Amino acid sequence: MTAGLRQALAAVTWRDLLLAVRLRTDVLTIVFFFAIVVSLFPLGVGADPVLLRALGPGVVWVAALLASMLALGRLFADDFADGTLEQLVLAGEPLPLLALAKVFAHWLATGLPLVLLSPLLGLEFGLDAAGLWVLATSLAIGTPVLSLIGAIGAALTLGVRGGGALTALLVLPLYVPALIFGAGAVVAAGQNMQFGGHLSVLGAMLFAAIALAPWAISAALRIALE
Amino acid sequence: MALNIWKYASPQTFFPLAGRMIPVFTVLAIVFAVVGLYIGFFVAPTDFQQGEVYRIIFIHVPAAWMSMFIYLVMAFWAGVGLTFNTRLSSMMAHALAPTGALMTFIALWTGSLWGKPTWGTWWVWDARLTSELILLFLYVGYMALAAAIDDVRRADKASAVLALVGVVNVPIIYFSVQWWNTLHQGASVNLTRAPSMAASMLTGMLLMALAFWMYSIAVSLLRVRAIIRERERDAAWLQDSA
Amino acid sequence: MHWGSVSEFFAMGGYGLYVWGSYGVTALVLFMEVVLVRRRARTPTGIAGHTGDYPTGTEK
Repeated sequence: MTAGLRQALAAVTWRDLLLAVRLRTDVLTIVFFFAIVVSLFPLGVGADPVLLRALGPGVVWVAALLASMLALGRLFADDFADGTLEQLVLAGEPLPLLALAKVFAHWLATGLPLVLLSPLLGLEFGLDAAGLWVLATSLAIGTPVLSLIGAIGAALTLGVRGGGALTALLVLPLYVPALIFGAGAVVAAGQNMQFGGHLSVLGAMLFAAIALAPWAISAALRIALE
Repeated sequence: MALNIWKYASPQTFFPLAGRMIPVFTVLAIVFAVVGLYIGFFVAPTDFQQGEVYRIIFIHVPAAWMSMFIYLVMAFWAGVGLTFNTRLSSMMAHALAPTGALMTFIALWTGSLWGKPTWGTWWVWDARLTSELILLFLYVGYMALAAAIDDVRRADKASAVLALVGVVNVPIIYFSVQWWNTLHQGASVNLTRAPSMAASMLTGMLLMALAFWMYSIAVSLLRVRAIIRERERDAAWLQDSA
Repeated sequence: MHWGSVSEFFAMGGYGLYVWGSYGVTALVLFMEVVLVRRRARTPTGIAGHTGDYPTGTEK
């Protein structure tokens, strides 16, 4: 990695983080969306502690999935509209790596808050200490996978009518494996079973996503900018 | 003299060729379906466990096979179109998607009707049915993306990327659903137990699979001709032949 | 041949609803698909489809 590339990656990441801090209402909206969706479930299904403990992992995970999907709208759209994205493509640095830097910044801004909030929401469902810990860990490994896969959908739907709902349609089916293993880890922890395997599979998905998704994202970005 | 296969990559040459191929595949589909249904309903014995309801297998399994196979073929043509920039390949991918989605729907519908008497409910979160449901969503997403982009060339390329991403994910989705299913509940009756099937059952099923295959080719060729007509309507060659 | 009569064939050992419900809907949707695609293939091309912005005459 040359010094120039390192500099470019750091600049992209830093710029996006700075933007996220300046436009923090965007981030707060997503975090509160996550909290509200999770809190609606007990109101819908009843406050039976046994039922809630069984539902908790799945509910928090599905809500995190929806929240991270909702956050995709702000990943490329503004940069696409004001021409920054075009500059990025023309920058001469490898686009997959630049895309990876953007997704990383996006995850730090919108995914990490979900991870940090999740134990608190797990308490609403009566998860025990081990369950809360595994919930946060599984989300810490899983939400970057969601961001990476989601970025492909966000890039494909850039400037397309019906963008948000369309992105959901493209991306949600691809989230299924992460959901299964992420929520599965928390369920296993709740039943005092081994959950290391789930987390390992989730980790494998993360590495695969880091290796493959940037190529698809950059291909999609180039198509959008043609 | 070397045969130039790229010649057939041109919509202009392919259009009449497809027109000649459609009747062939239609006849093949009808023949396979007639023989397959005859064997399925009049030769294959009654299943000792499930009774006559098992006869749904002759459309359920072929539809499920085709739904997965068509996705692979669709992704293949989409990938070819993306790599070599051949317009016909992308059109072929678009022509296959609705048929694939339909096959997925048939597999789900017949699976549900089979599940009711066998499992006692219309829907079971069985690994196969769940994967088919997700596959249906993948097809719908592909078609929705292609339809949402007005610029044809961008629609081709963007949907091709999605199809390729989908094809990488399909095995991952399939195995995670399988794993999830074995953990949560084991469906006691397995719908398709190949090893214990009578030979005539298997023959009927394979013939019906061939019929579905030929049908899919015929109807996709018909659709690709419609797509060529829509896209090339200003081209002189089409106005001569139409 | 294991069907004593036509009505026995349609009864499918008591599973008629499920078996014929499967075959009927399958036949119906396949028939519909063929009809719709044939209609699409015959529609005057000025009406249906995309705005054909491919440059013509550049095919491979």
